Amino acid sequence: MTVIAPPQGSQRLSNADDVDAVPRRHPWRWSGAVALLVILALFLYSVVTNPNLDLVTIGRFVADKRILVGVGLTVLITLIAMVVSTLLAVLLAAMRLSKNPVLSGAAWFYVWIFRGTPQIVQIVLWGYLGLLYQKLTLGIPLTEIVFWQVDTNDLINAFVAGTLALTLNQAAYSSEIVRAGMISVDDGQREAAYSLGMSPVYTLRRVLLPQAMRMIIPPMGNETISMMKSTSLLMVIAVPEVYTAATAISAQNLKQVEMLVVASIWYLFMTTVLSIPQYYLERRYGRGSSHALPPTPLQRLRRVLDRSKPGVEPAPPTQTTKVIAE
Amino acid sequence: MNTIENLTSPAPAALVQIRRVRKSFGAHQVLRDVSLEVHAGTVTVLLGPSGSGKSTLLRCVNHLETIDGGRIVVNGELIGYRQTGNKIHEMTPTQTASQRRGIGMVFQRFNLFPHMTALENIVEAPVGVVGRSRAAARERAMTLLARVGLAEFAHHYPAQLSGGQQQRIAIARALAMEPRVMLFDEPTSALDPELVGDVLDVMKELARDGMTMIVVTHEIGFARSVADQVVFMDGGVVVEAGPPSQLIDDPQRQRTRAFLESVM
Repeated sequence: MTVIAPPQGSQRLSNADDVDAVPRRHPWRWSGAVALLVILALFLYSVVTNPNLDLVTIGRFVADKRILVGVGLTVLITLIAMVVSTLLAVLLAAMRLSKNPVLSGAAWFYVWIFRGTPQIVQIVLWGYLGLLYQKLTLGIPLTEIVFWQVDTNDLINAFVAGTLALTLNQAAYSSEIVRAGMISVDDGQREAAYSLGMSPVYTLRRVLLPQAMRMIIPPMGNETISMMKSTSLLMVIAVPEVYTAATAISAQNLKQVEMLVVASIWYLFMTTVLSIPQYYLERRYGRGSSHALPPTPLQRLRRVLDRSKPGVEPAPPTQTTKVIAE
Repeated sequence: MNTIENLTSPAPAALVQIRRVRKSFGAHQVLRDVSLEVHAGTVTVLLGPSGSGKSTLLRCVNHLETIDGGRIVVNGELIGYRQTGNKIHEMTPTQTASQRRGIGMVFQRFNLFPHMTALENIVEAPVGVVGRSRAAARERAMTLLARVGLAEFAHHYPAQLSGGQQQRIAIARALAMEPRVMLFDEPTSALDPELVGDVLDVMKELARDGMTMIVVTHEIGFARSVADQVVFMDGGVVVEAGPPSQLIDDPQRQRTRAFLESVM
């Protein structure tokens, strides 16, 4: 133990010690902000006064029926693809983590195929499924027994092909996210669950998955937003989602840029709305974590509103404390 | 059920019977022909240097580890295996899970479920595994929390609790399943020295109440005051076993003496 000796000869406190600290000024922040605002204003001015950009058309088509139908389709495809691909991803991740080499090999092969080929190629391929198999049959292989048969092009229309393509592709990426989440849970958790008599399935459902979710949700939020934008690729197989609808309209009225702006407005709106549930899910699965949870959009809004109200009273002035060191 | 009929040991039969257990990790033999008996209501402390096989032996008792040979019988049931002739066949995970309900375990790293409060940690298995009513399980959990002195922390998450508090909740969680035997795997090794006492006090009280316990620990003081039987293991074999007065205060083997001198 070292004993800290009282400082010599500095026991007397004078008024000269009672000084206020002034934070450092940041002139460059101010000048940078002003410069940026000027550039932004110039850009907006050029956009608004540009005779080649027809703002009236944008206003008219932003709520056009074909666009709205496209928006609905985009949301529907995104939701179906995300839900189904996530279920598939959990299965693939469980297979990949299995001790059975055939199962883990199959999962690896799936990820290798779907992650290794361009998404647009996969989409077109599913659109052309009818060229590869004329009929889809449910029966007993190598016998004449057929329970159900359908013409491929009747079952796999553009909507189904597009949704299928996006789902299967997404499952490959999501499975790696789920796998990373599962690996992140400490092995002691499994042992503790087993020691309490929990079965492997119960352990996975109640102990391991809820903890893995904390790691899984932020990247899955990214993937959902990315999926929403990827639906625009379905234009190549003529699924009438919002981007396809916008291009179809611009083919008639020749307002290409305006229709792209319309589509962009909708994509921005949809991705903004989609990022809200992530906050709540993160909070749900962040329970018990020692990290501070991110504020929800509502809490942020309330904080901003509160800022205009008078805040807490300022702290009373600090008083000099007598240091006893004799 | 695998009731073993021809028990050779004198009556009453030991609650935990470990017979000629062998276990290897790859080429490394961790347990070589280990035999041990633990009678109901007694406390057995396993001592030994790290790598001696004592933790592995403990983990074999509730089948967290498979064994290569021998038999482990708890309360008349062969654990993790079904015997036909001179072969034992591993049971399904679900069958093993139901056997584990009667065997509580406390880990060095606590392993509380971090996404559940203290109360939820304790209630989870009685409700989800045994099917008790939530109300009854909560009531019992509150009694157990009071018993380990943490009633006011029922709604805290593990991350908000000290190591000693977490370990006492882990003990309560294991007790909620009303086990016949409790296994403790170095329960105080991950704790700050000042918190060790609280956990040991809970364990001492459990022992007084007649709980059958097998404890892997380096706390010689605990072994001396609580254990009915102390077992010294080294190199995967039981070197020496006996009551604390004999094994700790008057060890017969040179290896035991050397170990005790180094830790005391």
